[in-house]
Order: sequence, then C-alpha cells, then structure tokens
Amino acid sequence: MILDDDNLGDECNELVVDGPTTFPVDRREFVKLTASGLLLLFTVKPAEALQEGARPQGGARQGYPTDFNAYLHIGADGHVTCLVGKVELGQGPMTSLGQLLAEELDVPMASVDVVLGDTDLCPWDGGTYGSLSVRVFGPVLRQAGAEARAILLQMASERLQVPVDRLAVKAGVVSDTADARKTVTYGQLTEGKRIERHLDTKPALKPVKAFTIVGTAVRRRDAIDKVTGKAKYAGDIVPPGGALHARILRPPALGATMTQVDTSAAEKLPGVKVVRDADLVAVLHEHRDEADAALALVKAQWTRNDPAVDDKTIFDYLVKTSDAGRTVAQGGNLAEGEKLASEVIEHTYEDSYVAHAPMEPHAAVAAVENGKVTVWAGTQTPFPLKNQIMQALRLPAEKVRVITPYVGGGFGGKSASRQGVEASRLAMLTGKPVRVQWSREEEFLYDTFRPAAVMKIRAGLDASKAIAFWDYKVYCAGERGAAHFYNIPHHRTVTAGGSWSGGGGSQHPLGVGPWRAPGASTNAFGRETHIDILAAKAATDPVAFRLRNLTDPRMIRVLNAAAKKFGWTPKASPSGRGVGVACGIDAGTYDCVMVEVAVNKATGKVQVKRVVCAQEMGVVVNPEGAMQQIEGCLTMGLGYALSEEVHFKGGEVLDRNFDSYQLPLFSWVPRIEAVILDAPDIPAQGGGEPPIVPLGAAIGNAIFDATGARLYRMAMTPERVKAALARG
Amino acid sequence: MRPVSFTLNGKPTRLTVDEKRMLLWVLRDDLGLTGTKFGCGAGLCGSCTVLVNNQAIRSCVTAVGDVEGKQVLTIEGLARDGRLHPLQEAFVKHAAFQCGYCTPGMIMGAYAFLLKNPKATRAAVIKEMDSHLCRCGSHVRIVAAIEAAAPAMKGGAR
Repeated sequence: MILDDDNLGDECNELVVDGPTTFPVDRREFVKLTASGLLLLFTVKPAEALQEGARPQGGARQGYPTDFNAYLHIGADGHVTCLVGKVELGQGPMTSLGQLLAEELDVPMASVDVVLGDTDLCPWDGGTYGSLSVRVFGPVLRQAGAEARAILLQMASERLQVPVDRLAVKAGVVSDTADARKTVTYGQLTEGKRIERHLDTKPALKPVKAFTIVGTAVRRRDAIDKVTGKAKYAGDIVPPGGALHARILRPPALGATMTQVDTSAAEKLPGVKVVRDADLVAVLHEHRDEADAALALVKAQWTRNDPAVDDKTIFDYLVKTSDAGRTVAQGGNLAEGEKLASEVIEHTYEDSYVAHAPMEPHAAVAAVENGKVTVWAGTQTPFPLKNQIMQALRLPAEKVRVITPYVGGGFGGKSASRQGVEASRLAMLTGKPVRVQWSREEEFLYDTFRPAAVMKIRAGLDASKAIAFWDYKVYCAGERGAAHFYNIPHHRTVTAGGSWSGGGGSQHPLGVGPWRAPGASTNAFGRETHIDILAAKAATDPVAFRLRNLTDPRMIRVLNAAAKKFGWTPKASPSGRGVGVACGIDAGTYDCVMVEVAVNKATGKVQVKRVVCAQEMGVVVNPEGAMQQIEGCLTMGLGYALSEEVHFKGGEVLDRNFDSYQLPLFSWVPRIEAVILDAPDIPAQGGGEPPIVPLGAAIGNAIFDATGARLYRMAMTPERVKAALARG
Repeated sequence: MRPVSFTLNGKPTRLTVDEKRMLLWVLRDDLGLTGTKFGCGAGLCGSCTVLVNNQAIRSCVTAVGDVEGKQVLTIEGLARDGRLHPLQEAFVKHAAFQCGYCTPGMIMGAYAFLLKNPKATRAAVIKEMDSHLCRCGSHVRIVAAIEAAAPAMKGGAR
C-alpha cells in the first residue's frame, strides 16, 4: 500500500504544533510482541543481560531501574529494541514511546521496535493508567536513551580517534564533522552486546526545539496487525499443545456464598474436565462452546448476602455510609464569603455506576513448564499481576512470567486482572495450559465500575456577579478533579467516603475502581454545572462568566481557543441555541469542551450535533495520536453523559450485556473538532484521559441552554430529560 | 457429530463437528482463525462478524451446521496475494481503530455492506454501522475509512 501524508484524520481537525507532520513509512511490519519472536533479535545472552538490567534498585521497593540497558538494546545491525513495562491498550504508547527513544538516540523511528508488558524482558512498571506513559515514564525512557547516546559517542570517539565534541549522530551513524569519511554505526559499536559503561553524571535531555521525531504525526505501529486479524490478544494465544477453555462457576450476585454444588451432569459430557478447589468450581473443554454447555449443567445453591440498596437508593446510601470527609483544598473563610454573597445557590448532583465495557472481555492463557507459569494476560498491570500470581500460587518471582499481548481496551477496567490469577491457578491444578476468557456477563459482574457518587455544592455571587464563596463536598468520587480552578476568595473542597477506587471497599455494593480519568468526570459534572447555574443567575454568558472568574493563564487560553474554534457568540443561558461549555484539568492537561445539542422535547432524546475541544497538553509527542485520544474520549464520553448506567439490586448486577447497557452508537457521534495548543515550554502531559472529563457537564449545560431544563444527575437519559422538562 | 463442508476463505473445508456448535468457536478453536473476535456472545456487538455467502452474520450466534455448502469469508481471507483490501488500507490510512478488537468485525461488516451498496451515502453507512460497537471511540475515523474505500469496491469485491 502507499502511505502518504495527505490524511491526518478528519479534515476539520487542526493541529497547532511545531515541526513537520509527515508519516515516516515503516519499512516492515512491526515485530510480534509475544514471547517467541523477541529473543531472536538478540545476539548475546540477552535474557540474562536484560534480567540484570531489569532488576529494580533498592531491594523490595519497586521502581524504575537506573541501568539504561533495561530499556533498550542495540543489535549488531543497528536495530533498536525498546523495552517498556507499559502495555498497548489502544492509546498508542507502542508508537509514542518509540518516538521518544528514537529521538534521544538519534535513530530513525523505523529502526525501533517496542516490546511491552513482558515481566521477564521489560523493566518494572506499575501499570498503564493515569495517562502516565508519556508524562511520567517518558522522561525515564528519554534519560535512558540520552545516556546510551552519550556513551555511544564516547565509544565512537575512542574508535575514530576524534574528540566527542567533533562528532555528530544522524540515523544511528556517528560521524566526524571535520572528516566525513570517519564514521561508525551504533551497531558496529555495540556489536549487539549489552553496553557495560555508565555515566556518573546523567546527560541532559534533548531540547524540544531540536526534536525531529517527537511532535510529528507518526503512523501507528500496530496498524497492519489490527486490520488483518493478525494482532494477538490474550484469548488468541495458543501455547504449544493447545489450551483448555475454562468456564468458572459464578455467583448470581456479588457477595453470595455457595452452599451446595453438583457437577455430576457436566462430568458426563465427553471431553469435559471438572475442577473443584475450595471456592473454585470450573469446567474445562478443548472447545469454548462445549465448556459453556457443561457449565450450564452445573447446579449450585447460594446464600445471598445482598446489601439493602439498589440503583435508586444508592445516593442516600452513599451519603449515609460516608465519613465526615477530608478537606483537600481551601482558602479564605467560608463564613466571610457567605456574608459577601447576595444569593446562595445550593444543589446536589449525582452520578451513576458506569461500566468499562471494553470490547475484549478479560482473558488470560496460562501454561506451566518446569514449575514456571507463563501467563498471557489482557491486563493494564502485568507486574502487579505477577505479584498476585506469586502470592496466590506461592511461587518465587523467577517462576512467574506475565506477557501482555495487545489489549482490547482497558479504560481502567483491566487494572484488575483476576482472570490472570484464575488461569494460573487452573493451569497449576490441571497441569495443562488453560484459557480463561470471560463472558460478557462475567465482565459486567466483576467489572470495577466507575463509582456512583454525590456532590453537594453551595456557592454565592457577590454584588459584582463574581463568585464570593464555594463550598464543595463530594462523596465517593475522590480527589481527582475535585478542587476548582477558578479565582474564588473563600472556598473549601471536601472529599468524603471512599475515593474512585472505593477506599476501604465496604461502602459500595458493587466493585469499583479506576475509570478513564477516575473521579474527574464526576467532579467536573458537579463543578461545571454549578458554575453554569451561577452564570445563569448572573444573567451572564457562561464563557464570559468563566473568564471573569479565572486567573489561570493556561485555562484562559484553552477557553478562548475553544470559543474561537466553536465560533461562540456571547449570550446568557438559556438562549434556546443548545450550546454548552465546560472546562477541566486532568493529568496535567487543560481542556475546554463546547457542544451543540438538539433536544427532542417529546422523547427527551438528546442528539449532540457538534463538539469542539481545545486542549493544552505541553509538548505534543504524537499529534496524530493525541488527536485520536481526543476523538476517542469525546465519543466514549457520550455514553456516561447520555445513556450508561449500571442497574443493580443488592449485589446483583442487572445489566449483563449490551441489550440493556447502552454504549454510544455511530449515529450518536457528533462532528468533532479539536485544537491542540502549542506549549513547547511545558513538559508533555497526559493525553489518554483529560478530554473525556468536561464532556458530561458541557452536554448538561447545552441541554439547559436549549430548554431551560437543568439535569442534576448523569446519565442524562431521555426519561430524566423529560422529567427535567416537566419540572421546568 | 457429522461432517460439515463449506468453503472457508476460498478453500474447501470439511470438519466432523457437532453441527449445533457456533461458527465463532469452530473458527477459533478448531481452525485456529483467531482474527474473528468474541465480544458478547449474543450477536449484539459485531466483533465476531464474518460473511456467509456475502451476507454479514454474527458468528457467535450462527451454528456451524448452517454454513453447510456455503462460502465463509473471515478477516484472514480479505487480504490476498500479500495485498491489503482497499477497506483495510483505508482503516490503516485513517487510523480507524485504537485497541483494534472490534476492527475485524467492523471491516467485515463494512465489506458486506459496500458489496451491496457501493454508492452508499454517509448516512447509510452510519445507519448500517450502528449494529457494531466500538468502545475506544474510533467511530468518526471508521466512517471516513469506509467512505474512502467505497469507490475502490464499486462493482465488485476488489
């Protein structure tokens, strides 16, 4: 196929970045990530070399290794293997991290392969979440590349008998700037061996203005694999000799305990193996659908331990079961502020449980050989999963290896990876390779949902229509994104109850955990809706009102950029136009989202017609990738805003598949326009999560602008919109 | 158990299987074709879409006995002679995926649709694709890729 640079995604998108935006053509398909292929790339004892480099410094406490060899290997042919403990969930670190290393080393993108998420080969990492890959791990990887480059220059200086300051590097070739005939390649210098030297003083990272690869729109490395069906996900892995599918008996509700089980009918099916080990009851078969049939024949009785709460009573329940809370931000004096307020506005906002619902349900394949268990898992956290398996099976570190193939979406939901422990346990018990691939129903039962949450906000305007005070209390969404960023003299932010991760874990009837920008979208819904209400009380345009109450130059800049792109014309809400705005800061990145909606007053259905997002994320590593993340967030976010909500009764999850749990559809997707602001003086910030944060609030504000009806709860379903319209 | 014969990606295929088993699992477990994905098991998400006699079907709810004597095309059969199909090229060019798990089903669904509707409007493409779920939010790019590939598919498969 012909790759050209005439298409950078949707033509209405705008890239405001430094440097050229071209697609370097990969000279070959990207190397397979799974276990078998990698070692062939190495010439000398790579496993040992990597193991040593991969060992974290400082005893039991894990952290990024300081030896740069842990992160890279340069073959005799000059080919670079970049080793990272991150995983490819779709957000593109396979591409963006490769760019960072290629940049620091001064090698072409095409000569870097990135190996991710293999606990035997890659340096330790806590997990792929929190938009940390580029923001926090990026500098670590760059430092490794910079040190390797500096040492390679030393080696070249000795080889060529030329002082280091006379050398230049281009595309992995070191040359003498005074005599072009004197050259040596990285491959000739390393001969494929581990680099044994280190520098006492770490070299400086390359300045942004010298970047030639970072900041360019590089084509994704995973493209060919993913469009041909060759990309392997955990459930696709077939270890030598094949794997048995295991289906595990699950309770009808969370918290239920098994009192009786009869597996005799299942055992009679040909080819079925039944495993019972304490609480674990599983049926195994070579074919998945035959394992399904066997599981259906297992009869069990359960004692339910359901808490007396459901999706209607959950909000009172969460407030009642929360502690008094912790003050996470404050300034001035609330009582003073309230005295200045001519009017106090107080509302309660609610957010429902929301599922991750990745298209790939949790899956893992485990195989045991010579007492060592190798697990291919769809996980965001291969190293923590390794620790869990070590604990569950009482195995030492060298007897557990987790390999992470492509992951079919995570969004936080695959930070929890119990399927990896289940597969390992069953492989140990049966002595055979085992595949555990959750059904969609299991996926909903064991998902760690975005927690339901409540926000209580009191605020007031002074005579000049400025915000006099802000008293914010959030229950169960946690700290992330809770504190406001407006210029308010008297304010307090309190978080009560568990955080987005559930805290003590006893408060929620369902599993909860990180969901893309954990807690931040919930907090933004409360804050930005309340700000909108204040603006309406002040009879002021919501953009002008925000600008009047902002001093943070980064937020002012994104707000102005969004308004320009959107063509925002000032008017107080409700204007009948159906336009809305909301802002957010997450993972160090600033976003302003503006939307235009149409509300069908008869059905309550909301159609989002247009979304504009302005984002400032510091240095942009891969503008094309960043744009994909903005589009992805704004599309995924339509779900939590308009339809997604987990219904439950006690410990029973009532939505178990996509017939009742409604994800956003193609026909819902608006025209999406994005502008990424140039900010070369600010280090690279998060990209995978921030744009999703303000979307729900922006849509709610647009519904108000269209109709005068205010929504205080997400999801803003047609029923709730109709109810709000009826309230007037 | 009985012999079931069909054509798979152009090759005659004969299996002795329980004909009530689902095509998805026969493709994945018996034939080793893992490009067709399991997503929901109920025909709701589209990840398992393959073509049977040029019709898009959900292989997770289609019994293998039902494809007796028919032509089955999976994602593995779309690229031929080492060349990507125009739809695959368009998905690459538009980066019309993130995690890639729904992608084989998206491409097969779009392929079946364009075979019948080579001049489909954007609105028709969107309406058709509403039966496919993507969680990463690649929708805008998927629609653009399908529209871009349509001219190359006009009047035939290639």
